[in-house]
Amino acid sequence: MKKREYRPYEENAKEIQDKLLEARIEAVNLVCQKAPKREWKKYTERMIHIFFLLLGLITVGCVLLITVYLVISGIPAISKIGLVDFLFGEEWASTASEPKYGILPFILTSIYGTAGAIAIGVPVGFMTAVYLSKLASPKIKSVMQSAVSLLAGIPSVVYGLVGMLVLIPGIRILFGVPDGASLLAAIIVLAIMILPSIIKMSITALDAVPKEYEDASLALGATPIETYFKVSVPAAKSGIAASVVLGVGRAIGEAMAVMMVAGNVPNMPDSLFQSVRFLTTAVSSEMSYSSGLQRQALFSIALVLFLFIMLINATLNFFLKREKE
Amino acid sequence: MKKMITMLMIGALALSMLTGCSSETTGSVSTDGSTSMEKVIGALGEAFQNDTGISFTYNPTGSGPGIKAVQEGRCDIGLSSRDLKAEEKEAGLSGTILAYDGIAIIVNPENPVSDLSLETIAKIYTGEITNWSEVGGNDAEIVLIGREAGSGTRDGFESITDTEDACKYRQELTSTGDVITTVSQNPGAIGYASVASVKDTVKAVTVDGVAPTENNIKNGSYVVQRPFVLVTKADTALSDAAFKFFTYITSADANDIISAAGVVPAN
Repeated sequence: MKKREYRPYEENAKEIQDKLLEARIEAVNLVCQKAPKREWKKYTERMIHIFFLLLGLITVGCVLLITVYLVISGIPAISKIGLVDFLFGEEWASTASEPKYGILPFILTSIYGTAGAIAIGVPVGFMTAVYLSKLASPKIKSVMQSAVSLLAGIPSVVYGLVGMLVLIPGIRILFGVPDGASLLAAIIVLAIMILPSIIKMSITALDAVPKEYEDASLALGATPIETYFKVSVPAAKSGIAASVVLGVGRAIGEAMAVMMVAGNVPNMPDSLFQSVRFLTTAVSSEMSYSSGLQRQALFSIALVLFLFIMLINATLNFFLKREKE
Repeated sequence: MKKMITMLMIGALALSMLTGCSSETTGSVSTDGSTSMEKVIGALGEAFQNDTGISFTYNPTGSGPGIKAVQEGRCDIGLSSRDLKAEEKEAGLSGTILAYDGIAIIVNPENPVSDLSLETIAKIYTGEITNWSEVGGNDAEIVLIGREAGSGTRDGFESITDTEDACKYRQELTSTGDVITTVSQNPGAIGYASVASVKDTVKAVTVDGVAPTENNIKNGSYVVQRPFVLVTKADTALSDAAFKFFTYITSADANDIISAAGVVPAN
């Protein structure tokens, strides 16, 4: 071992002071040298900020553009036809020699169709989500979840085609009606189409429920099923409600598949077996050949559809917020 | 090995692109109009492009918009699947019939009915006759399949049968293929479609005893037919390229192509 050397205190202190001073000078120098670089960094930082803001504004801009465009191109026909005649007219004959532009059949069809799809799709989707999130073994869960994802990825025209070739003849034979293209066929196709969004969103909500909630419920003597329906589901309520919004949105906005199975005749939806036309299909089936007031009226239908979707979103957002409070 | 195949495929693709560009272009001709004429005008345009190197465009907008496009000078030749109206002729347009398109009345192959008169067809479509037993078929409700408002085929059918705005459709579909599929699926269905697109999955009935064959359409004995009309401005001469195209497709040489597209050449 080396013998430790003792130096007088003053000498030691001076050396430390010198070293400190040196370090300080060096630090100041460094800061001064780096200063321009820092300024530049701040500048790029701000630039990136602005760039991201611009990218974000693209979305907002698109929404604004579409809204403004729809309003501008949708208003003229409504003012020509008259708001009441347009919204509550029961007859649509756009190419007749005396054209009639009443869209009540389309509005009612869209409401009935969406309500029907929700009535079938939500219970099925919700139960599936509870099963997959809480009860299913990991193996079954992974297989079923990939099946659900696959269902989400199927293009709507394929739903329409299968509906046309399988569902329509099926309904015709099963119910003994002359033709199967009907409101019922559209409801069934829509119910299947909204399943993936309901299931996926509900699973996410149910998976996010803290395990402690369930443990506490189980510890108190509740059965697993009681726990899932009385603890987990209420805890995931807002997520499940959001899944219903998504379902409504998809159902009311779907055009292609519905066009192939609903028959597309502008009848009032008096029965499930009636050939009907939805708001979406009213726009898409006539758009390609339309002109003049007919085309303007189609834009007005699109505007009505747009307002509908806004209204649905607003209502459900309101309920979601109230729930949270 | 895999790499080799990929390289070969890329090479082939590149070559195929070259062949597309090899013919030299001298001017262009633009057409605009009837969607029903897509098949025939597409085939003619392709052949013309290969033979002369003049580029050809076709804008499927519908008969009305096509006629308007010619009038406003937005295209060289308008395509209409109906005769020009008197006021359109007065506005300085002239029409040349390129071909005749027969509209077949189709039923399910299981349906025993194989002949209908034009009058009966009109009665069926206006809802006067609602059961197949009234026209010698099975006791089954007649399901009327049609096209969407504005479709050239619907316009043609309704104007020939004189049932404009009076048809009580059970289904309005947006394409010929959909009509054929639907009729082939439903034993009680009746529909209409271009003769060219009728397949074995459905049965085309004879109208007043006349079958929708090429000869019958051309000599006018099959009545459910409409002309395919080339619309031009009467007072303005066509551009060189457009004139070449016009003479090319109205010459007898083009008849094979027109027939292959399923319609009956007029010249």
